[in-house]
Amino acid sequence: MYNIPEELKYAKSHEWVKDEGGLFVVGLTDFAQQELGDIVFVNLPAEGDEVVAGETFADVESVKAVADVFSPVTGVVAEINEELLDNPALVNEAPYDAWLIKVSDVTDTEELLDAAAYEAHCAAEKE
Amino acid sequence: MEKKTPLYEVHVEEGGKIVPFAGYLLPVQYGSGVIAEHMAVREKCGMFDVSHMGEILFTGPTALDSLHHLMTNDFTGMPIGKVRYSVMCNEHGGCVDDLIVYKFGEEEYLVVVNASNRDKDYAHMLRNLLPGTVAQDLSDDVAEIALQGPKAPEILRTLIPEEQIPKGYYTAVRHASIDGMDCMISRTGYTGELGYEIFTDNANAVRLWKVLRQAGEPFGLIPCGLGARDTLRLEAGMPLYGHEMDEDISPLEASLDFGVKLDKPEFIGRDALIAMGEPKRIRVGLEVTGRGIIREHQDLYVGDRKIGASTSGTHCPYLGRPVAMALVEREFAAPGTELEADVRGRRVACKVVPYVFYKRTK
Repeated sequence: MYNIPEELKYAKSHEWVKDEGGLFVVGLTDFAQQELGDIVFVNLPAEGDEVVAGETFADVESVKAVADVFSPVTGVVAEINEELLDNPALVNEAPYDAWLIKVSDVTDTEELLDAAAYEAHCAAEKE
Repeated sequence: MEKKTPLYEVHVEEGGKIVPFAGYLLPVQYGSGVIAEHMAVREKCGMFDVSHMGEILFTGPTALDSLHHLMTNDFTGMPIGKVRYSVMCNEHGGCVDDLIVYKFGEEEYLVVVNASNRDKDYAHMLRNLLPGTVAQDLSDDVAEIALQGPKAPEILRTLIPEEQIPKGYYTAVRHASIDGMDCMISRTGYTGELGYEIFTDNANAVRLWKVLRQAGEPFGLIPCGLGARDTLRLEAGMPLYGHEMDEDISPLEASLDFGVKLDKPEFIGRDALIAMGEPKRIRVGLEVTGRGIIREHQDLYVGDRKIGASTSGTHCPYLGRPVAMALVEREFAAPGTELEADVRGRRVACKVVPYVFYKRTK
């Protein structure tokens, strides 16, 4: 149903996180992109912006709706995925390749779930 | 508790994502998604369950007079089998609803109204009918399937003889027989594309869906949900009740002049519309020149001055870019006027353009 890679961590608000040696890569999960439908616009922060765990840092728009994206970590935006600005559909096509931001200087994180716990969380939301 | 159309089980079977809309449970999209559904209608064909629409039958020797009293358009001399768009106004010149009227006979007309307004419309009609007219709400017994897209005529031709397919835009064939089912077929729609709306008894709905679906398969027909219905109508510049018009927006402000005949001797709202004179605000199209999507209810500015608000807006799949419709003060309504929209606290640049963003080419 939903692809939930074992090696990633997940926030309950449907973002995935990958710790690349202190640089935290953040994206939207397969569940999130399926729920949103065709994504047509991604609004990202600027490099150097601060993000705060549990607070919104970006929004994505599907044809029908706008959704806020919440940061799973507190830190500084080191890099944004500029490819998404021109081709937002990449989030639908490959949600785990189409990262949104990379965060450095991380001082705090949300409560993050492993793949099994996140899968249970998604199943509960679908009920 | 939302109602189900007779096709509810079919939508679930087809993988539809069900949402509540206008008091009904309807699919917002199926598995292929809004963009694919939208493109199917523009390039091949799509089918929609629009059974939630309301159908009200006017009969009696004064049926035409009642319509003339209630509606802004003029139905004098309308041929049998012809269909005409109209607005129904309140006393203040605001819109009670927009609708289409079918002429079945000199004393028999069918009015098709928006699902969300059906009860309000029917009550308004009953209050204002002239003696000698009977209005019956048939909505709960009638199913409606829209077949929309350039392949729609070919699909129908595999099912019924040519003479049962309405030829002119806004005409209808009252009795066609699709696989033995009695249907009314009307060449109307809400997509800006060539297409038909097919009405039948609820009991036929599931079989009619399946017959059309199967006949359309070789032509690339897919089922489409409310999401694509909205993007298609917006791309074609068609107004939606509750967005481009409502009880406080006049049909002249909504640029629906073609359906408002002020030279008729009388209709509800006429005096108010005449008293208002030239509308102070007017519906326009917006092309987004900045980055982002302008959706409904976003304030529009020239500098610090608020000059209007958007009424609908989204990314349009066929055009491949976002557009919006808006109500703006008349002095800022000229094509080319540069505006800014407040999109959740961020200013997005846009430009006034004609609101028909997409027009079908023969």
